Amino acid sequence: MFESLSNRLATTFDRLRGRGALSETEVLEAMREVRLALLEADVALPVVKEFVTKVRDRAVGAEVLRSVTPGQQVVKIVNDVLIESLGGEGAVPLNLSAAAPVPILMVGLQGSGKTTTAGKIGLMLRLRERRRILLASLDTQRPAAQLQLAQLAERAGVNSLPIVAGQTPVQIAHRAMETGRREGFDIVILDTAGRLSIDEVLMDEVRAIRDATHPAETLLVVDAMTGQDAVNTARAFNDAVGVTGIVMTRMDGDARGGAALSMRSITGAPIKLTGSGEKLDALEPFHPERVASRILGMGDIVGLVERASETIDREDAEKLAARMAKGKFDLEDYASQLRQITKMGSLSGIMGMLPGMGKIKEQLAGANLDNTILKRQAAIIGSMTVKERRDPDIIKASRKKRIASGSGVTVQEVNQLLKQFDQMTTVMKRMNKMGQKGMMRGGLASLMGQMGGPGGPGGGRPGGRRPF
Amino acid sequence: MALSGFFSRLKEGLSRSTQKLSTSITAVFTKRKLDDEALEELEELLIGADLGPSVAKRVIEAFRRTRFGQDVTDEEIKAALAEEITAILAPVAQPLEIDAGHAPHVVLVVGVNGTGKTTTIGKFAQFYRDQGLRPMLVAGDTFRAAAVEQLQIWGERTGAPVVSGKPETDAAGLAFTALERARREGIDVLLIDTAGRLHNKTALMDELTKIIRVMQKLDPTAPHSTVLVLDATTGQNALNQVEVFQDLVNVDGLIVTKLDGSARGGVVVALAEEFGLPVHAVGVGEKVGDLRPFVAAEFARGLVGASLSQLSGSSPDGV
Repeated sequence: MFESLSNRLATTFDRLRGRGALSETEVLEAMREVRLALLEADVALPVVKEFVTKVRDRAVGAEVLRSVTPGQQVVKIVNDVLIESLGGEGAVPLNLSAAAPVPILMVGLQGSGKTTTAGKIGLMLRLRERRRILLASLDTQRPAAQLQLAQLAERAGVNSLPIVAGQTPVQIAHRAMETGRREGFDIVILDTAGRLSIDEVLMDEVRAIRDATHPAETLLVVDAMTGQDAVNTARAFNDAVGVTGIVMTRMDGDARGGAALSMRSITGAPIKLTGSGEKLDALEPFHPERVASRILGMGDIVGLVERASETIDREDAEKLAARMAKGKFDLEDYASQLRQITKMGSLSGIMGMLPGMGKIKEQLAGANLDNTILKRQAAIIGSMTVKERRDPDIIKASRKKRIASGSGVTVQEVNQLLKQFDQMTTVMKRMNKMGQKGMMRGGLASLMGQMGGPGGPGGGRPGGRRPF
Repeated sequence: MALSGFFSRLKEGLSRSTQKLSTSITAVFTKRKLDDEALEELEELLIGADLGPSVAKRVIEAFRRTRFGQDVTDEEIKAALAEEITAILAPVAQPLEIDAGHAPHVVLVVGVNGTGKTTTIGKFAQFYRDQGLRPMLVAGDTFRAAAVEQLQIWGERTGAPVVSGKPETDAAGLAFTALERARREGIDVLLIDTAGRLHNKTALMDELTKIIRVMQKLDPTAPHSTVLVLDATTGQNALNQVEVFQDLVNVDGLIVTKLDGSARGGVVVALAEEFGLPVHAVGVGEKVGDLRPFVAAEFARGLVGASLSQLSGSSPDGV
């Protein structure tokens, strides 16, 4: 997500940065490239124009051209305008301040991810806000859509409205709100059928649902891969029902994410959440300033630290660090480290949050950058005896064979793991001499070394499904 | 289905998707000379229709050479533009041919999440039933909640048998079982649904190749068609999707869905230029009959908003 846009802009800005002085022509030339980069990234045309005009007006101002580092100034202006276009600094939380049960209405095109997102929001509000959630599917169009939401509710550990065949969406909405009141739910999430923005009958229907329930939030769910049509969709839904927030889905794809940039300008509503995967916990708040800095290749360290602190068990991490410091890091520790990293999400996602990683990522693109490798390594370690994990040196040919067949890999892969582990411990010993700060970096570097390994073992195994 | 009915429904679907572009073209060109400014605006309109920067640029350059400085009407612009786009699309307008000799002809349906794979399979089932063939459906999306039930309902609607397993079962094993059963029961077309997957997830893409590998143990020529379902609202990312899917599972052709919306599906033009993959059909609604053959001239004229009323009598090409 955003990488290719980020790379395109980086080339343009690199040229500007190196310069001592900039002429107006040079700035305008750069703006033409910015315009094209944004269009290729599917940013809507009117939004591109507005964006470029804003940047140009500010950049051509006298103080920029006369400043010592005009290139940097231009990048800063682009960064500022990006944050503005994305909705200003800071994430905007869901508005839940209404009398219980608070209705949340999900709307959008077919296949944008409304139902999955409804399940994710249910899980998020149950866990983080400790609310009682009722999910209700108003989708009487698509076969088995109501069943899909019921199954998702079960996975999320929240309630779903019993399915009554033959009811209209508006009737279901009434029943959902009634059930919510009667049974004391805090929040009722109303998932609607996907509809085309030009289908007037269905747009009337969703208006009727809104009027019947007065939702505190009307969330428009938008696929991050959407092209120029994002404008029409956003405008039509906003005109029809008044969108209060946007959820961008499929942020884990490789789309350039232009739709995200268009949404705020078109609807005036903030992007509140982003979905990045099919697991129910793959839902995150949207921080415009962090996304802006990712687009400009400046990384998102704050986000990375936050995610780490949320997922990594503090005690475990401290124990691990202490063992590393003593030089007692063994394969058991390595396996636990692998588990922690896997919990943090996909490796490519983590790397996308690191500053200056754009180019390295490109180099690794062919090397199967997903968590399958980590899972596989965990499996190999899992096939070792405790004694072997604590003292890998005793692993010779016949033990290797046994471990390989136990974990369903080849002996070469076992060798590869042992070699990497060896390198890691060497690096760690060196790092110990440099102190704590160095250690963090060393751990990461050796991790990356192994991923770039020759012919990184991919291969679809049944257990490797949905790597996150 | 009756031919006239087919055209009127296609028009209905396509004309909606083209209204926007055609009004803007009219607005730009009724009162203008074709100068630099006008050309730039036209280029932006094409980009706005998701045609992609390179295709848009090429079309504009052609216009510049032949008509620069002339007074042109919007009708001329539309005709010339439609011609240009038809030339790009004509070679890729190829229906999905079923070879009854394969017994069954295996069609693997792939794509990213939410493009309309399951719905398309339901429509295909009806289409082949209408042709007197015997289709069988395989609920290969064992991951998404209620995907199996969704396909089963399509099976009931179209009278096609559905092969399914328990949730989270291995899709490759299911495909194998289905192929065995289809052979025994004299099925003509085996339509295999798969879970939606983003093309940049290596492990999930590997899983697709496994489905193919396993089926080839029974029939080394399977799948006989691998069809990528593409959402018309998708922007330039469609190029990445096609590239990766084609690379890994040898996509034979495309189906473009949701063309009844406001999205114009212009990326299809960029895809035709870049990959030349056949476009088998288009989806223009959620009903069982909403699958249409892809006709280049109509799509092109539809895209630029040429009067579709002239089409219904005179354009039987490719149907």
